[in-house]
Amino acid sequence: MSLSEIETDVVIIGGGPCGLFAVFELGLLDLKCHVIDILDRPGGQCAELYPEKPIYDIPGMPVVTGQELTDQLLEQIKPFNPEFHFNQRVDALERQADDSFRLVTDDNQVFRTRVVVIAAGGGSFTPKRPPLPGIEDYEGTSVFYSVKRMEDFRDKNILVVGGGDSALDWVLNLLPFAKQMALVHRRDKFRAAPDSVNRMHAKVAEDAMQFHMGQVTQLHGNNGQLEGVTIKTTDGEIHHECDTVLPFFGLTMKLGPVAEWGLNLEQNLIPVDTEKFETSEPGIFAIGDINTYPGKLKLILSGFHEAALMSQAAHKIIRPDEKVVFQYTTSSSSLQKKLGVR
Amino acid sequence: MAKITYIEHNGTEHVVEAEPGMTVMEAAVKNSVPGIEAECGGACACATCHVYVDPSWKDKVGAREDMEEDMLDFAFEVEDNSRLSCQIKVTAELDGLIVKVPEKQF
Ligand SMILES: Cc1cc2nc3c(=O)[nH]c(=O)nc-3n(C[C@H](O)[C@H](O)[C@H](O)COP(=O)(O)OP(=O)(O)OC[C@H]3O[C@@H](n4cnc5c(N)ncnc54)[C@H](O)[C@@H]3O)c2cc1C
Ligand code: FES
Repeated sequence: MSLSEIETDVVIIGGGPCGLFAVFELGLLDLKCHVIDILDRPGGQCAELYPEKPIYDIPGMPVVTGQELTDQLLEQIKPFNPEFHFNQRVDALERQADDSFRLVTDDNQVFRTRVVVIAAGGGSFTPKRPPLPGIEDYEGTSVFYSVKRMEDFRDKNILVVGGGDSALDWVLNLLPFAKQMALVHRRDKFRAAPDSVNRMHAKVAEDAMQFHMGQVTQLHGNNGQLEGVTIKTTDGEIHHECDTVLPFFGLTMKLGPVAEWGLNLEQNLIPVDTEKFETSEPGIFAIGDINTYPGKLKLILSGFHEAALMSQAAHKIIRPDEKVVFQYTTSSSSLQKKLGVR
Repeated sequence: MAKITYIEHNGTEHVVEAEPGMTVMEAAVKNSVPGIEAECGGACACATCHVYVDPSWKDKVGAREDMEEDMLDFAFEVEDNSRLSCQIKVTAELDGLIVKVPEKQF
C-alpha cells in the first residue's frame, strides 16, 4: 500500500524524551514536526523500560517517574501539535537532488523534509528473541513476535509464551480463530490485567484451551515447520504439539536501520559536533542517547540541551532568510503567543 | 571486602573482591566478568544480569522481591536458585558467595 507523501519542516526519528523535547524547541522557532516511533506510544525508554521508576536528575523536578516525565513533556509540546506516527520504523533515509530528504517507513509511508533529527536512543525497540536453539529457522513461518492479521492464524495450533498483557491479550483474541490454543508461563502469577487472567482461567476451565506452568526448552520440526515443543515443568518435561509459537518476552533495543544511513557510526553511535549536533551529513542532526561527542553523557538533560542548540541550526537551514532573535519564554510576547499562554 | 566467585557456563571461574554495598552485578561488570550484560544498569528493568546462586548460598542471599520475580519472567531457563544479580547487595556475610552465569542472557 502506498500512502500519500507527507511534507514537513522536520522529521524526528524517535519519540523518546529527547525527540519530544525537540518538538518544543523547534516549535518555538515555528518549525513543524512529525515524530515517528516503532513503539505504540511516546516516551522511548522512559515509557517502555521504566514507566514507574523514579528519575532524580531532571532539573527542577526532584523526582519524576518515567511515565510522568513523558506525560509532562507531551503537555509541554501540545501547543505545537506535533503529528505522531507510531508502530512505524523508519527504514530508509535518502538525500534528494534538491537537498531535501526522503524517508520511508516499514508501512511505506513517505516523508519529505528539509531537516531530519535522529533521536533514536539505543535504537528501535524490537521483540526479544528467546535463546532457543534453532529458533531463527522458524521465524516468519512458525514463530511470530507480533500479530498483524488475526486471519493468518486461523485453524492453527497455537502456543503463546509469556505472562504479561501481550501474551494474555493474544491468547484471548486469537482463541476464536485457533484450532487449538495453549499458554505457557513459568509461574502461576501473571503481570497482565487481572480481568484477562480471569478470562483465560475461565477458558481453561471450559476446556477451550490449555495452560502449562513451565518453560519452553526446545523446538521440534523440519524446514521451518514447527511440530511441537518441549516444555519443562516442575513435574518434568512434557512434549506439546503445536505448529505456531508466539513468544512475548518484552522488547529490547536494537540499533536497526540507523546503521545503514552512512553516518560514520562509532561503536553504534552517531558522531556529531557540539555546536549544532549535526552529523557528517548536513541537515541530519542527532540528539540524545544515539549521538556521541567528547564528554557525552547519556542523560536526559544532555539531550534537552542538544535539542535547543540543534533547533537553532535547523532553523537556519529551513528559513535561511529569517534571523532568529534570542528570546526568553518568560518575557517574549511572541513566544508566549506560540505557547498559547497569551 | 567479600570474595565472590562467578562460574561461567563453560566452567571458567572468576574470583572477584567486592566492596560491601555494591551489588553482585556491579562487582561482575566492574571486573569484566563475561555473560552478565546488565543492559539497564541495575534498575531491575532488563533481566540481563541473571545468575544461578549456588544452592549452599541460596538462603543467605535471601528471597526475591516482587519486582525481581516479575522481571525474571524475561529471563531464560529460570530455576529455583535464579536471581537478578543487580538485586543482590554484597555484605560481609556473603564473603565466599558462588554464582553461576547462564549460557545466554535473553
Ligand atoms: C532503567 C533506566 C533508568 C534510567 N534512569 C535515568 C535517570 O535517572 N536519568 C537520566 O537522565 N537518564 C536515565 N536513563 C537514560 C534515559 O532513559 C535515556 O537517556 C533517554 O531515554 C534517552 O532518550 P532518547 O530520546 O535519546 O532515546 P530513547 O528514550 O531511547 O527513545 C528512542 C526511541 O527511538 C525509537 N527508534 C529508534 N530507531 C527508530 C527507527 N528507525 N524508526 C522508528 N523509531 C525508532 C525507539 O523505538 C525509541 O522509542 C535511564 C535508562 C534506563 C533504561
Ligand atoms: S541489570 Fe537490568 S535487571 Fe539487573
